[in-house]
Amino acid sequence: MEKVLMKGNEALAEGALRAGCKAYFGYPITPSSEIAEYMARKLPDSDGVFLQAESEIAAINMVYGAASTGARVMTASSGPGISLKQEGISYIAEAELPCLIINISRGGPGLGGIQPAQSDYFQATRGGGHGDYHVMVLAPASVQEMMDFAIEGFELADKYRIPVMIMAEGTLGQMMEPIILREPVTKFYDKPWATTGCKGRKPNVITTLHLPPEELEQRNKHLKNKYDEIKSKEKRAEAFMVEDAELVLVAFGLMSRVAKKAVIEARKNGIKAGLIRPITLWPFPDQHIIEAAETAKIFVSLEINMGQMVEDIKLALNGRAKADFYGRIGVIPNPEEITKVVFGIAEREGL
Amino acid sequence: MAKGRVRFYSDRCKACELCIKFCPKGALGLDKKNINALGYHPATVVDPERCTGCGTCALMCPDLVIEVERE
Amino acid sequence: MKVVAKRPESLYYKKFHYCPGCTHGIIHRIIAECIDEMELREKTIGVCPVGCGVLAYEYFNCDMLEAAHGRAPAIATGIKRMLQDNFVFTYQGDGDLASIGMAEIVHASARGENITVIFINNTIYGMTGGQMAPTTLIGQVTTTSPYGRRPELTGYPIRMAELLATNEGSAYICRTSVHNPAHVLKTKKAIKKAIQTQMEKKGFSMVEILSTCPTNWGMNPIEALERVEREMIPYFPLGEFKVKE
Ligand SMILES: Cc1ncc(C[n+]2csc(CCOP(=O)(O)OP(=O)(O)O)c2C)c(N)n1
Ligand code: SF4
Ligand code: SF4
Ligand code: SF4
Ligand SMILES: [Mg+2]
Repeated sequence: MEKVLMKGNEALAEGALRAGCKAYFGYPITPSSEIAEYMARKLPDSDGVFLQAESEIAAINMVYGAASTGARVMTASSGPGISLKQEGISYIAEAELPCLIINISRGGPGLGGIQPAQSDYFQATRGGGHGDYHVMVLAPASVQEMMDFAIEGFELADKYRIPVMIMAEGTLGQMMEPIILREPVTKFYDKPWATTGCKGRKPNVITTLHLPPEELEQRNKHLKNKYDEIKSKEKRAEAFMVEDAELVLVAFGLMSRVAKKAVIEARKNGIKAGLIRPITLWPFPDQHIIEAAETAKIFVSLEINMGQMVEDIKLALNGRAKADFYGRIGVIPNPEEITKVVFGIAEREGL
Repeated sequence: MAKGRVRFYSDRCKACELCIKFCPKGALGLDKKNINALGYHPATVVDPERCTGCGTCALMCPDLVIEVERE
Repeated sequence: MKVVAKRPESLYYKKFHYCPGCTHGIIHRIIAECIDEMELREKTIGVCPVGCGVLAYEYFNCDMLEAAHGRAPAIATGIKRMLQDNFVFTYQGDGDLASIGMAEIVHASARGENITVIFINNTIYGMTGGQMAPTTLIGQVTTTSPYGRRPELTGYPIRMAELLATNEGSAYICRTSVHNPAHVLKTKKAIKKAIQTQMEKKGFSMVEILSTCPTNWGMNPIEALERVEREMIPYFPLGEFKVKE
């Protein structure tokens, strides 16, 4: 197997190409721009389309149009741009158009900064735009996963006709790691709903307008059923040393790698610590939390924001155990800092 | 004999009178004796003999009410 | 006897929801006639606006999409870039195209996007009940310019055809009207030319059509047609503004 050194953003772009991505529409923004630049270089080789749009609003609507033809298509951005895309994402979710949306995230609110952050967790997991909908959210923690989740993301998008978002901290987009290049995808989905011209069939219509109240409710129920199916089948998390853990750290993305080191350090010092790393942020892997609560007395959400995922942990726990939070913004804390936090909480809780 | 023949799908008519206004022969008018399902007095041919089948009424009708035939 | 006028195949028989005498209906029909005559129905993909034309997908007998307000040109771009041999058109009102969707239309034109835009300029927001549009004429009373549009408050109506004609990427830009039979025929010709422009891959094409909104203008349909001639055409002159050979 071929192993190469790649930057996170480029690995993601290469993964998308290997998944058969036929078009990229985007507007430049740090720290996501390498994805666009990689696509601009490579897409012409496979007769694909790269187009720099006039704005993120236009870009996401180009995705809407291109996805409606049945092609695998994507866009990438960061905080301020992802905010502009929300209108389009709401429409895409209702129209059930599969596509991949990347948030190489930075800190907000407002223009914020370009340092790593996970402050778009609420926006990503609650839908983000108007209306009752969700996008699937995958959170990679390594450059390898940047590639793998791009492939997986397109697969899930087509399977469920849902926009899939990959959310990674800017640092993960920028850093380099050796990775195994995945084989190109060769099996694709039939899309009889696509608007490609009605030759040989009845015309297809893609709309999100449902004026009769019964019809609107029906659509919302249909979406809810789909979301329930996804919740029952696609929740993913990595569990590390949780079997007997009394103190469970919960962290996603790069933060989970730091947390893992802190767990090892805590174990060396006799603290029964463990880690749950949500891979799907939506659907949130609450089952993993509930199972860990059989032994755990306290869960500590580690986030690069001011406390967002901790709410999902509390919802999952529903009183079964305590939930605490530690977060920074603009920096990824080092293992020593987190170890100290863990020691402090363990002492306080008498663990 | 009239050279043209117009046919009205009266259930679609909204009585906007554009056909009546633009018929060069004054062959059309509203049928005040009838009310269609949309609640309008639909347009109709009042003087079929005058119709030349020029198609102007259908050209100006916004609601695809009129079909025109010509010799 | 031979049939001189009947429903085009590219429209379903479904009744339009438009108000009596609203020229949206005339324009729908002539677009459909052009698609029929050019045998493009099975290759056509249309994108509807948010505005009174929002339900046009229920009338056109071909593949159709509904866009977010103003975004139709971006959606059409996405479609056309994937399906370069299809016929892709948008149908947009003045609020949709010249206000909220200004960026999308200007850039689609600047890119020479090979799509056809049918722009319905009725100088008002019809669907939402008659508010001021970017094309509302000076002095025109709307629900949000109740004392008449005053340039010192809200500036001047935008002439989209002229504006887009300055873009190199625009291949065919024309303004027409449907206020009488001769102009309906001219509009049909212009739409055909716009479609031809796209099928020959020459670049962006738009037909701006002066249209009526009898309901929100507070006029009967015939008075509304007269207003087009009397008030609109002097400010929005008809003609071709760009024809790329
Ligand atoms: C983002 C957003 N803002 C506002 C609206 C409300 N809205 C619907 S149609 C419309 C204006 C339509 O006017 P125009 O484009 O001129 O079309 P017309 O109805 O006159 O044909 C507005 C403001 C909306 N649907 N979406
Ligand atoms: S076809 Fe011509 S003459 Fe006949 S009714 Fe229509 S407009 Fe009048
Ligand atoms: S133009 Fe059409 S809708 Fe209007 S009155 Fe005549 S037939 Fe009826
Ligand atoms: S509101 Fe105006 S533009 Fe809309 S259908 Fe009625 S007359 Fe036509
Ligand atoms: Mg309007």
